[in-house]
Parts: sequence; structure tokens; C-alpha cells
Amino acid sequence: MVEEEGFQRYLAHIILWIGIAIVAFPVYLAIVASTQDNAVIANGQMSLLPGGHFLETYYQTLFVGTSGSTREPVLNMMLNSLVMALLIAVGKIAISIISAYAIVYFRFPFRMAIFWIIFITLMLPVEVRIYPTYKIVADLHLLDSYAGLSLPLIASATATLLFRQFFMTVPDELLEASRIDGAGPFRFFWDTLLPLSRTNMAALFVILFILGWNQYLWPLLITTRDDMQTIQVGIRKMITTTDALTEWPVVMATALLAMLPPVFVVVVMQKLFVRGLVETEK
Amino acid sequence: MANVTLRSVRKTYPGGFEAIKGVDVDVGDGQFCVLVGPSGCGKSTLLRMVAGLETITGGEIDIGGRVVNQVEPADRDIAMVFQNYALYPHMSVYNNMAYGLRNRGMAEAEIKTRVEEAARVLELSPMLERKPRQLSGGQRQRVAMGRAIVRQPKVFLFDEPLSNLDAKLRIAMRVEIRKLQRRLNTTSIYVTHDQLEAMTLADILVVMNGGQVEQIGNPLDIYQRPATTFVASFIGAPPMNLMPLRSDELTSQIAGADGAGIVGIRPEDFVISSETVSGGVALGLTVEAIEHVGAETFVYGSRQREEQGVAANPGELPPGEVIVRVPGATGPAIGERIRAVAPRDKLHLFTADGRKRVTG
Repeated sequence: MVEEEGFQRYLAHIILWIGIAIVAFPVYLAIVASTQDNAVIANGQMSLLPGGHFLETYYQTLFVGTSGSTREPVLNMMLNSLVMALLIAVGKIAISIISAYAIVYFRFPFRMAIFWIIFITLMLPVEVRIYPTYKIVADLHLLDSYAGLSLPLIASATATLLFRQFFMTVPDELLEASRIDGAGPFRFFWDTLLPLSRTNMAALFVILFILGWNQYLWPLLITTRDDMQTIQVGIRKMITTTDALTEWPVVMATALLAMLPPVFVVVVMQKLFVRGLVETEK
Repeated sequence: MANVTLRSVRKTYPGGFEAIKGVDVDVGDGQFCVLVGPSGCGKSTLLRMVAGLETITGGEIDIGGRVVNQVEPADRDIAMVFQNYALYPHMSVYNNMAYGLRNRGMAEAEIKTRVEEAARVLELSPMLERKPRQLSGGQRQRVAMGRAIVRQPKVFLFDEPLSNLDAKLRIAMRVEIRKLQRRLNTTSIYVTHDQLEAMTLADILVVMNGGQVEQIGNPLDIYQRPATTFVASFIGAPPMNLMPLRSDELTSQIAGADGAGIVGIRPEDFVISSETVSGGVALGLTVEAIEHVGAETFVYGSRQREEQGVAANPGELPPGEVIVRVPGATGPAIGERIRAVAPRDKLHLFTADGRKRVTG
């Protein structure tokens, strides 16, 4: 990179700082709001410096919940979201790696037809097929359950395609060497293909976990009980109140708590994630 | 310890393409058989059929007295070394070698003995815990060999195992492989497109072209008495000079050339001389290029009258060009006119289509 001189360099940095401020200020505001007294916020006189209600607000949010709209503790919502996101991420990876294995390594009738059917489902996200999906889940008595929350979101064309692409870069000779070494299809999958897919699985896990965690429409539809509510749905419910003041500190605290797990996952798995997207290790 | 016998083996792909058109080869116990030919001649396909990685459309493959047409690769008691080595990238060197043994349910102590013995022979002992990506090309090649050795199979199969190495290492490993094979005395089939590797390694050389066997035999016999013009030009570097016999000065010079359509002369059988050789060949050449190799010099000359050459196979000379080998570093100058002669007993005569050898 060419080193810019004087003014130009400062200009570049100023632009970058403005960008950071635009992204970071709302987050800062949420942190501040979560430490203030609700009455002050409602008056529209919120200070831009943190207030003194930090512990109080977060205790109430995590273990008690709002006093009005939803009385569900946010810890419980987070648990629901976590279970759902994990089930979706792990389920998607498990199903799609197996289906990709079948499509790449086995010759069976209608193999390409099945591949194209999987491919076409890319065009049918949950939102498009939401009514039939809801009907099926309801008929299976899966409403208000973890299975109902995660199962319809598990089948994944994207992940299947990604693993298919990766498997096609694995040299055929590895399969042949395994066959000569006496490893059947299962052993080859378990001993060779899975370890080689490790970084790909990590990258997918990060993407899919965040995708699952951020689900809103589907959980909103199929959960009716408060104790099965996910955090994204919970936030929305907290804001809409009919006859009481919205408890903004709790809402802000919930919003911040909702950000933590995805951030945690990205930070922890960043190294593997980047390697999975960039590196082609053979 | 096993013979490998191929009886009119055929391979036809679903599209109708005939990759192997009936091959008969018999490799004796402990012999080193080399399949050689240009790319696309079917040599790798044939090896993969012996390994069980390709199905057999016709004929029989017999390993150690058992027809293995329908036997899984793992149960054929063979071990294979691949061109790109096909090491498991996530396993250590030790585990790469042990994997096949573990799959067979061998006791861990026995595995350890075998792997350590193989590592000692191949000088891999210090790097047993490393991953393949931490090894050099030559070391990876050794690991691939080790993986084959520990199995103690009836047959070793090599699919161009040296072609990913640099020239020096290739020669060193070539000698290693030969020594190892002699010591273990295991029947081996080796595929290569490098005729030098083929000549130096083989007990039996199988020259293939277009899915068929052109000639089978002892490497030196093949060199000295090639059965077809294809073999003549493929074995030997630089290739044999092949010239058509028409109603020109060449035909009248050669004694007893009845029925022959092509004459072949190896570059080293020419002598630059003004003497006449009765019954042999004398060619007047204009020197066009010189290659100094050090111990010898190759002179590329063109004949006075541009002759239409024999239909060119891969590696053959352009029509009218003749290569003459001169020992030592001194040769004629470019543009000089020379006279190259070859005695009658150094001439190879073939029929006009090049498919058959005519005389001694």
C-alpha cells in the first residue's frame, strides 16, 4: 500500500472515525440507556453519560423480566434462543454434510435430479413457504417446542452446496487410497472426510448460529407460551405496551444481551472461520 | 509372493470408448513389470484395473492364482503408490502408515513394529509424528512407499510415483525403489511415461499404445529389436531415426531390404566418416543444430533432398531430419556438410505400415 502524505492521510482517518462513530454510537446509547432510570428516559432527558442503575437493571432483566408486557426473565429467553440456534446450526451441518457426501461420492438413480431439487429449495426460504410449513408443524403437534422451532429451518441447500463444492476439491486418490487401505464408505467419511471438513464446518457454524439466533418471524408464529419465547421476539413484545410505560432500560439491556452470543461465537471461532473461507488445505 | 496374470483384459467405458483392447501380460513372482507408453495409452487404466479401482469389462485378472475380477481393492492383497501420493493430510506420518493395518484389525503392537521397521528402512524415523504438509516432496514420496510396504502385500502397484519430484531426486528414488523391490522380492507393476525409468527399472517391459500392447519383453531386447516403429521411436532418447524406403538412393544402398518400407537407425549407430559401407547406409547431411550434453554431442542434420518422413508418432522427428550421436564434446560446425554412415547390422527394417519388423 502506498503511504499517503499529510492531509490526505488525516482525511482518510477522519472518514474512518466517522464511520466507526455511526456504527458505535447507537450501541453506546443502548449501554447508557440500560443504566438510567426509566422515568428520566421517558421524560426525554436522558443523559449521554452512564447512570447508576446498572446492576439493578440487569438483575431485573435476566431473572425477573419486565413488570408489564412479558413477565418472562430474559435468561429464559436467551436459553430458548440458544437451544434453537444450536439445534439449527448443528442440525444443518449434520444433514447437509451427509447429503453432500451422498451426492458427490455415490452413484444412485436420479442423483442429479435430487441435486437439482435441493438446489431449487434455495429459492424457497421460510417466508415463502410459511403457511404450509406452519400447517405441517401444527399437525405434528410441534407448536411451542424446540423441535418446532428448529426442524423446519434445518434443511439447508446452501450448506449442502458448500460441502459439495468442498468435497469435489478433495482428490479422488484419497478415496482410492482409503479403499485400498480397507476403509468402507463409513470409515472414509468418518476418518478422512470429516477431519478435512473441520474448518468448513466451523465457518458454517458461525454463519448458521447467527442466522438461527436472529430468527424472528418463525418463532413469532409458532410460539405462544411465554416460556418458549425467543429473545428476538421478546424484545419486540417488551416495546409494545398498551397501558403502561415501556421499560426502556430493560429493553436496552435485553438488546445488548441479545448481541452477546453471536459476538462470542464470532470472536472464539474467528480464526477457524477465516481459514474455512479462505484456505484450501489438501 | 504372487504371479499376476492378465488374460485378454478389456475395458470399455459406458460411452463406448475402448480404453483397453485386450491385453495379455504375465508377471512372474517377484518380477518388476513396467508399463510404459504415451499419455492416454491406457497404462494407468490397466494398473487401476489390477488395483480394483476400475471395473473390468472383459477378460480375467489373476493375482496369486485367484481371479480377482469381482474382488474389492482392499481384499486383493495389493498396495498402491499414487502419483500425488494421496497421503491423508490430517494424519501424522505414523498414522498414515498404520491406517490400513488398523482397518484390518491388526494388533497395535504389531502395527508399531511394522511401521517402525518401514520408517527405519525409508529413513523416516525422525518424522513419524509430523503431518504430510510439513514434509518435502521426496519425504512424502517415502511415506507413500512406507504405507505400501507395511502392508506386506502380494503385489506393489506404482502409478507414476516419481513424476512429481525434481530430476535429481527422481533418479535417486528410482534407484531406491529398485533396491527395495529387490530386497522385499515383491511382485511389482509400475506405470510411467518416462522411457528411461522404464528401461532402468524393468524386468519385463510392456510398451503400450492406444490401449494395446506393442511389445513385451526384456528392456534391452526391446531396445535392440523393437517390434514396431512405435516402439522404435518411443524407447530410446533421442529417438531412432526412421526413414521411408522409396525408389531413392537409400533403397539401393541397403542389402536385402525386400518387403521393407521403413528403415530405422539409432543416433548412436551412425559414424561420421567418408568410408563406404557395403550394404549399409551413407547419408549426406547439412548440420542444422548441435546439442552438447558433455559426454556426447547430438548433431541434427537434414538430408539434401527433403524427404517425406514416416507418419509422425509422438516424439518422432520431423521429416528429413536425422540425429547423429557423436561421442565426446567435439562435433561438426553448424552449416557444415557431413557424411553419416551406419553398417548393415545396425539397421532396423520395418514394413511400410510400421507394424512389423522385417529382418534381423
